[in-house]
Amino acid sequence: MAGGTEKSHIRLMKGNEALAEAALRAGMQAYFGYPITPQTEVMEYLAIQAPNYPGVVILQAESEIAAINMVHGASGAGARAMISSSSPGISLMQECLSYMASAQLPAVIVNVQRGGPGLGTIQPSQADYFQAVKGGGHGDYHLIVLAPSSVQEMVDFVFDAFRLTEKYRNPAMILADGALGQMMEKVTLPAAGSLPKTSFPWTTIGKPNSRERNIITSLFIQPERMEKLNLVLQEKYRQMQQEVRSEEFQTEDADIILVAFGLTSRICNKTMHLAREKGIKVGLIRPITLYPFPTDVIAACATHAKTFLTVEMNAGQMVEDVRLAVNGKRPVQFYGRMGGMIPSPEEVLAQVESIAQELHTVHA
Amino acid sequence: MEPAANIDGLEIVYAKPKTLTDTPTHYCPGCGHGVVHKILMEVVEEMHIQEETIGVAPVGCAVFAYDYMNIDMQEAAHGRASAVATGIKRVLPDKYVFSYQGDGDLAAIGTGETIHTINRGENILMLFINNGIYGMTGGQMAPTSLIGMKTSTSPFGREAASMGNPLRITELIAPLPGAYYVSRHSVHSTAAVRKLKKAIVTSFKYQKEKRGTCFIEVVSNCPSGWKMTPIESNEWLEKNMFPFYPLGDIKVPKS
Repeated sequence: MAGGTEKSHIRLMKGNEALAEAALRAGMQAYFGYPITPQTEVMEYLAIQAPNYPGVVILQAESEIAAINMVHGASGAGARAMISSSSPGISLMQECLSYMASAQLPAVIVNVQRGGPGLGTIQPSQADYFQAVKGGGHGDYHLIVLAPSSVQEMVDFVFDAFRLTEKYRNPAMILADGALGQMMEKVTLPAAGSLPKTSFPWTTIGKPNSRERNIITSLFIQPERMEKLNLVLQEKYRQMQQEVRSEEFQTEDADIILVAFGLTSRICNKTMHLAREKGIKVGLIRPITLYPFPTDVIAACATHAKTFLTVEMNAGQMVEDVRLAVNGKRPVQFYGRMGGMIPSPEEVLAQVESIAQELHTVHA
Repeated sequence: MEPAANIDGLEIVYAKPKTLTDTPTHYCPGCGHGVVHKILMEVVEEMHIQEETIGVAPVGCAVFAYDYMNIDMQEAAHGRASAVATGIKRVLPDKYVFSYQGDGDLAAIGTGETIHTINRGENILMLFINNGIYGMTGGQMAPTSLIGMKTSTSPFGREAASMGNPLRITELIAPLPGAYYVSRHSVHSTAAVRKLKKAIVTSFKYQKEKRGTCFIEVVSNCPSGWKMTPIESNEWLEKNMFPFYPLGDIKVPKS
């Protein structure tokens, strides 16, 4: 494909644009979107690249609701489909995401989160954690959720998300934030065509005589059949546990373990180094997949760490899953900023120092 | 349709198309949906496009359309059938795609999708069944319920001042440049059924030529929701629905 071979694979790019370029290189066949800050550059980038990708559908819909339903149609017709938006727009998509989870349609959904609730702000936030990992719409279902923390991961996770969504026939979300969407970093772009496309037997592409008709539906009016589908979905979620990904930094000897995802994990990484300079033994667990959640990794650390501090750009959402993982073995504290405010490494350090004093673990 | 083999020495002169399944429909006696399903599938069979046709079912009485139509289908969220059809058609531009929606689906909750799908001139057929009532949920007021019409949510009759006026969405979308062929039909008589069938054939021909959106309204009945016998409902249809929703072509290409 154009773009992949002619230009350098190493570039300085904005997160949103890098994600869009990655989608094209990952063989995305259809993108539907609607403008909303802070992610509009995704569609803008795709629009300007469109002439280089004549077979790729790029369509600005009349609403996020229409856009996600176009994804439903395109995905059901066998296309590798993606949609991107930011928090209020993602809220509008929840009904269809529930339908797609039930109908087992693959697609990649990108949420470049902004502060809320309501119309909120256009500044970065992590306040859609609950919505992303607990289902979001009606019914018992989950999205696969990946949380990037760099522009490089805005690229890499597009490939991962397409691979996972097609492997499990379950919508996959990339849960980013306004900072990751807007900031520029050096990225290495994978070559185009490196993600092979599988052809699915269940797509609605026209019924040949050789097979029964394919129906894509989330309607199972008999409760026995509806329960059966639920059991299939729940079994799928159990299978997905093998996809858990996380990173650990200096957790082996840590007294205090920070738990943070996405942008906040980078801030906490800096805090960890500042604390270590002061002799406070701090470690960091960074969940990469938010669903499935790295429960076991956190639980394992609860056997030796004295306490946990979860840091998020919200009022305390992932901390609930951390507490479930720690399961009462150790205290789990929380520090967060809300409404588009980003905590600094120093203010997280102040929290760490205060905890350290309580623990009397400061070594001179 | 090919008249088939003899059975017990009798010749079959009329049969259901192979593009319909053997599943008995859930439609009430006298309902127009079954007739529309049948002639739509007759067209698909007669044009030999079963392998190339994908349908989108709505939320409403026709929600189970995929149980009856023997073609690949997707079932859309309420009001979003034309957006789902857009997604299918954009990635499969050479296939035949249709959406099938009722009045609540197309002209209330899905109004935005209806207008914008047509405004983009998506090369699909939008089939719109207008019976002036929400049948599936048990007879509530629809966007197309007539003034004075009694439904379970307008028990004293629809009154414009507080409930709004019935919406002639077909006239509303017809002027849009993306609308290539807009026609209003019914299935209350044999002659009307034949006319509708011709309109569906015409629409698929235009779709092949990528002319834009073809939109066919079928003014139909709802004996259960209207609390009438099938015959009474067809008489009521002629007397009350047709004056407000007059049959005929609304927009046709200049020849």
